[in-house]
Parts: sequence; structure tokens; C-alpha cells
Amino acid sequence: MHVRYSIALSAAALGVPALAADLAVGVEVPRLTVAEYHRPYVAMWVERADQGVAANLAVWYATAKKDGEGAKWLKDMRQWWRRSGRELQVPADGLTSATRPVGKHRLSFNDSAKPLGKLAPGDYKLVVEAARESGGRELLSIPFQWPPAKAQQLSAQGSSELGEVTLELKP
Amino acid sequence: MSRSRFALVVTTALAFGLSVPLARAHSSFLVPSSTVLSKPQWVTIDGASGNDIFYFNHAPLRLDGLAVTAPDGSAVAPENVVVGKLRSVFDLNLTQAGTYRVANGFSGVTARYKDAATGQNKGFRGTAENFAKEVPADAPELTVNEGISRLETFITVGKPSAIQPTGKGLEFVPVTHPNDLFTGEAATFGFLLDGQPAADLEVEIVFGGTRYRDKIGEMTLKTDAKGQVKVNWPQPGLYRLEVSTRDGKTTLKQAKERRLVYAAVLEVLPQ
Repeated sequence: MHVRYSIALSAAALGVPALAADLAVGVEVPRLTVAEYHRPYVAMWVERADQGVAANLAVWYATAKKDGEGAKWLKDMRQWWRRSGRELQVPADGLTSATRPVGKHRLSFNDSAKPLGKLAPGDYKLVVEAARESGGRELLSIPFQWPPAKAQQLSAQGSSELGEVTLELKP
Repeated sequence: MSRSRFALVVTTALAFGLSVPLARAHSSFLVPSSTVLSKPQWVTIDGASGNDIFYFNHAPLRLDGLAVTAPDGSAVAPENVVVGKLRSVFDLNLTQAGTYRVANGFSGVTARYKDAATGQNKGFRGTAENFAKEVPADAPELTVNEGISRLETFITVGKPSAIQPTGKGLEFVPVTHPNDLFTGEAATFGFLLDGQPAADLEVEIVFGGTRYRDKIGEMTLKTDAKGQVKVNWPQPGLYRLEVSTRDGKTTLKQAKERRLVYAAVLEVLPQ
């Protein structure tokens, strides 16, 4: 009883609706000095403890190729592909978009809107997977708890196809 | 039958593992250009039997028993079929989502005998009907066997679909889908013999690239009462799985034994 009271109080004190939380993902596409460079395909999703996909956040692929030819390489993000990609129709509204250039990209999500939506309280992982044509593949994950008790910034450092990946959580 | 044709028949029978364990003879295989696809597309498949697994160094795969089944159960016609000196090649246009089954099978009679007139060794491999026509019933040293063999590989476009058993011979009933195999995750595979769980059979699994190592390094697993084995993959890559058995359930009265072989080529991906 005491706990419920204090949460209600802190939410009221912060002036935010009691059940809304934010999640922001930062993904760095590193500069690579290779003879043949193609922008990586990148997928990011929220995974449950049983490795099931709780929410697909974004998929960057070659969306502009004619006849949907870019979908041919989606399977190269092979963990994303088996966990949920192969169940989806692409392009998917609000989820798929074009590949992105070298640099830092930030995407924010709110649990009152798609694609994040409501997550049951529990332990999760943010997973970011990148695969590059004529290049490699890299998968990074950041464990977190939902809903966040306080504002948090977590990160993971890639070593080849991904640079720094960050996860900002806001109650 | 000429001597060279006899040699071909015998080596093919060996390649199908009808008489010797395969890791020590020629292994037949099908190598698809892709096994997991995110969009309908063409794939090409090589087939051969080789001294080393997945190398074309012995004989092409005979494609007379080739059957490619689409996810909806319809037959897919292979295109650009070539049977070369060392390998066979064909292309498949995969237009549907789901799992395609590529199977090359043999079901019939094999026989060895001596030609009554010349004393030369002869072999036969074909249907029961042709056997009655081609092989003299009173041929000296005649031994007749029935054989059912099946060599398969699987390709999935999009979401994997179920693989239906046929109820005939020795066959594969994957619990873990063959296009969803990853290192660090045990796969469960079942086997059926005439539609019943094939218990107590040895399943031999060999990792490809035997040319580059001194030992075959096969894994040998035994099927349990449900006809199942659990496989832990030591590394990602192409594997060849084989299980064989023999029994007395022949349909032809001259055949003393029925020999059954099932082999599959499976791709395992890294996590």
C-alpha cells in the first residue's frame, strides 16, 4: 500500500501521466574504410526473456529498390528474421524505412503509441542487429526493466558493423 | 549390359548407401545455393556423390528420382537441368512462401548375378517389372534386394511450413524445422519407418569440408523409442545426415532383404 502510494505521488510530482513511459534508442552506423561499402540493414526490437519479440521498433533496409528487391537481404539479419521478420509483410507502416548513412541516429518511442505500445512489466532486452552487403553482421543487446523506475541511460559498444548503441529510459 | 554401365550401377548403389556405411564410401548430396530466403527467388542446386562431402569429385547425382514439392504440395519442375561428368545442376523458381522439399529418391530392385554365358558379373537397378524382364530367373549367383532411398534438402521462403510425412519407407520428421537450425540450440529430429517411429537406429551426421581434415569426425546418435534424436551442432555450416536400416519386408519373393536409406543436407547458421 505504501509502495503504490509513493509511485502515484512521484508520478504526480513529475507531472506525467502515471502509465506513460518513453524509450529512446541511439544507433551509430560506423564509418568503415572498405573498398565496397553498402549501408547496413538494421533491425531493432524489444525481446522478452524467452527471446520472443515484444515489439519491433524499426527496420532499415533498401526500401526504394524496384519490385521490392531490397527484401531479398532481410534474411541476413538472421536473428531478427527468425524471431519476427519472416512473419511480417514488408514494407510495414511505421516500422520499415530506408537504410541510413554513417552517423548517429536517434529514435524515440512512447508506450502509448505504435510500434512500442504497452509492455507488461518485466525484464526485457533491446536488441539491435546490423548486416551489411559484402560485409559482416553484428548483434548487440541491452537488458532493461520495464517500466523504468527512474530515468536511465544504458549503452553497448559495437566492434564492427555497429558503433555505440544507447538506450534511454524515462518513466 | 556393358561393363561400364555395370560399374555405374554398382557405384550408384554404393552412393545410395545400399550396402556400406556412407562415411567410408561415396556420399550423395544436394547443395542448395540458399536455404533461407526472405523473398521469392531462384535457387540453384548441385547434386553429386563424392569421396569428400560437398565436393564434386566422383559422380553426378542421377536425377531420375527427383521430386521437388512446393509448400502447397504441388510439384515444382526443375529448370536448366544438367547432368555433367562430376555433378548435376538444376534451378528452381520458388514463388510461394513456405518450405520447399527437394527429394531425390530410388525405390526398386537391385540385383547382382553372373552372366550364364560369359561368367561376367552383372548388376541391375530398376523397377520390379524391368527386373523380371531383364534378369534371367535362373542366373547364377543371383542376389536380389529391394531398396528405398531418399536424399533431401529443404529451402524456405519467408515463414517455414510443416513437412508432411509420406508414410512410405524411412523418412524424416523434423520437430525442429530444418530451416531453423542454429548453433547453441539443440535440434530434435524424428524418423519414421513405414509411418511408425523408427526406434534404435543410428543416425550419422557429418560436417561438410571433410577434404580439409584428417578425420571424418562423424557424430553418431541413436534414435529413442519415439524414433527421435537430439542434435547439438558444433559449428555453423552444411551437414549431411544419414540413417539406414534393413529388414525382410520385401514385396518381391526373390528379394531377400529390403534396404532403406534416408539422407539429408542441412544448413546450420551461427547465432
